[in-house]
Amino acid sequence: MKSTKHIIGATALALALGAAFGSAQADDKVKVGLMLPSTGTYAALGAAITNGFKQFVAENGGKLGGREVEYYTVDDESDPAKATENANKLVKRDKVDVLVGTVHSGVALAMAKVARDNKTLMIVPNAGADELTGPLCAPTLFRSSFTNWQPAYAMGKVAAEKGHKKVVTLTWKYAAGQQSTEGFKEAFEKAGGKVVKEMTLPFPNVEFQPFLTEIAALKPDAVYVFFAGAGAAKFVRDYQAAGLKASIPLYGAGFLTDGTLEAMGDAGKGLLTTLHYADGLDNKKDAAFRLNYAKTYKMQPDVYAVQGYDAAQLYQAGLAAAGGDPSKQEAVIKGMEAAKIDSPRGAFTLSKAHNPVQDIYLRQAEGTQNKVVSTAIKSLADPARGCKM
Amino acid sequence: MDFATFLIQTLNALQYGLLLFLVASGLTLVFGIMGIINLAHGSFYMIGAYLAFVLTSATGSLVLAIVLGIPLALLFGAFLEWLLFSHLYKRDHLEQVLLTYGLILVFEELRSLLVGNDVHGVNIPAFLDASIRLTEVMTYPVYRLAVSAVCVVLAVALYFVIQRTRLGMMIRAGNDDRTMVEALGININMIYRVVFALGVALAALAGMLAAPMSSVFPNMGSQVLIISFVIVVIGGIGSVWGALVAALIVGFADTFGKVLLPEISGMIVYLVMAVVLLWRPEGILKKG
Repeated sequence: MKSTKHIIGATALALALGAAFGSAQADDKVKVGLMLPSTGTYAALGAAITNGFKQFVAENGGKLGGREVEYYTVDDESDPAKATENANKLVKRDKVDVLVGTVHSGVALAMAKVARDNKTLMIVPNAGADELTGPLCAPTLFRSSFTNWQPAYAMGKVAAEKGHKKVVTLTWKYAAGQQSTEGFKEAFEKAGGKVVKEMTLPFPNVEFQPFLTEIAALKPDAVYVFFAGAGAAKFVRDYQAAGLKASIPLYGAGFLTDGTLEAMGDAGKGLLTTLHYADGLDNKKDAAFRLNYAKTYKMQPDVYAVQGYDAAQLYQAGLAAAGGDPSKQEAVIKGMEAAKIDSPRGAFTLSKAHNPVQDIYLRQAEGTQNKVVSTAIKSLADPARGCKM
Repeated sequence: MDFATFLIQTLNALQYGLLLFLVASGLTLVFGIMGIINLAHGSFYMIGAYLAFVLTSATGSLVLAIVLGIPLALLFGAFLEWLLFSHLYKRDHLEQVLLTYGLILVFEELRSLLVGNDVHGVNIPAFLDASIRLTEVMTYPVYRLAVSAVCVVLAVALYFVIQRTRLGMMIRAGNDDRTMVEALGININMIYRVVFALGVALAALAGMLAAPMSSVFPNMGSQVLIISFVIVVIGGIGSVWGALVAALIVGFADTFGKVLLPEISGMIVYLVMAVVLLWRPEGILKKG
């Protein structure tokens, strides 16, 4: 009975608002397109984002904006070459109401173009490319994760506060790495430090020994790196094996130690990194989120699960503001822009460019966890350089 | 770059080159002698690394894992040769590429099902888990030096087997003229099986030795595959010595390229290859 009433109510509302016939019937489901990697290097990240998204939907009674959710999924394989075609499947063929994706920045950039051209709402649940909420920002483009700039900038501040004057940076020569080291440099040099050498190696090369030798010869006060995944594990092990860990502190963006601490073993112990999420956060939302996630999926959530969860929350906020009608895109966007998201990472709002304005935590590796040490910067907003909106 | 740093970089280059030789030597044998383009060679390297991880976890010792792993890899190689590769000798390269590419996908999927997609570390054996102090701040891990020593020993052993033993003579003869060798009553199929098993075992051993240094992760094989082909081509297809020389050249080009020419370090190895091929299209040590 309840659902019938609901249908009648919503139909009346839709008619009252003059929506085109059939386009906004209340028995319509909200169509969510998940374009994430389910194979390849980032498969685990894609799964965590999906889990997080679905967990919020489940907590919300299996609905978003009061409607049943219908999922359309595509494996993006983290392959930028297939990104446009894959995004078109969801946007043009399936006509999803919202496109959620993805992990890989190159793929996300191509998706954003398809979404913008078709005026489809898009939420990025990971990819940190500064451009997405910078020069390529759009009214329909949102992000529930971070920019590469954010954690790096926070680490630059922390490194300067620790009294370091001379720092060497090292990363793969690709956009994420370079945006990260630039963010670090900006904050570090603003605070009076100097980045004496910026070293890069081709992605995904992991022969670090020549660079470790260079670092030993330069003897900087500290080293800042951006690496992730297997490369991160190898770098940290090599750094310790070269004897540098004892004499030159190593700092990184949080991805250095996320999901890689087991592989690092002893070498990872005590590493300081910055990220918008950490283990051991003292907030009730996080405790509840973790408990529920562990119960449902039989594993511990990570930052990617949080970003997926928040992508769903963000969309829910938009739908709620639009009376549950995904076709009223302007209202949905207004709702999302105004939302205050009660995230497991701590509450956040969105910047004008639609990127989270969030606390960045300083974390220390302990066992396989990244324990929060302090809040490196409160409510840090990406400068959104180049965004005209 | 001061002199001490230069010496350490030279050591880095040698050590990297020797490890590359170990992976490439198996490829050059299989490619040169059997004429098979084996894209799955990187997968054998990956399998070796995962064997090291699984067996080290089970036995608690990397040395024991390698002692167990080598016969396993030999058997696995012989089995694969019997099951698949023995049907390929008379086929053209396209079919070889298709089969071996398919094998990459199969091996990666099996790896994913059996061990999962996580990155794992392998511990260095306790007696090698030390470092030598080189400068005020820098030390050099003993394990890396030990791996280099193993590579040198293997290079010499391979040379000895191929140049100085009866088996080596048959292998070389098979490389030159398969039909003639068969006419002389030598079981060429058995020789091919041995060579292939040896190639697989060399790649797996490289993976096992590299596991503690590189950690163990999905798709690790594809990273060494391309560089291995570069080495085989530079060195001259089928030449083990050529592979050694080429691996050292690549080691030096990569190491010093990264430090001295960081802007083009991604392509420096390929530039070297292009120059060598212009100079000697057959590779440095291709025998006539």
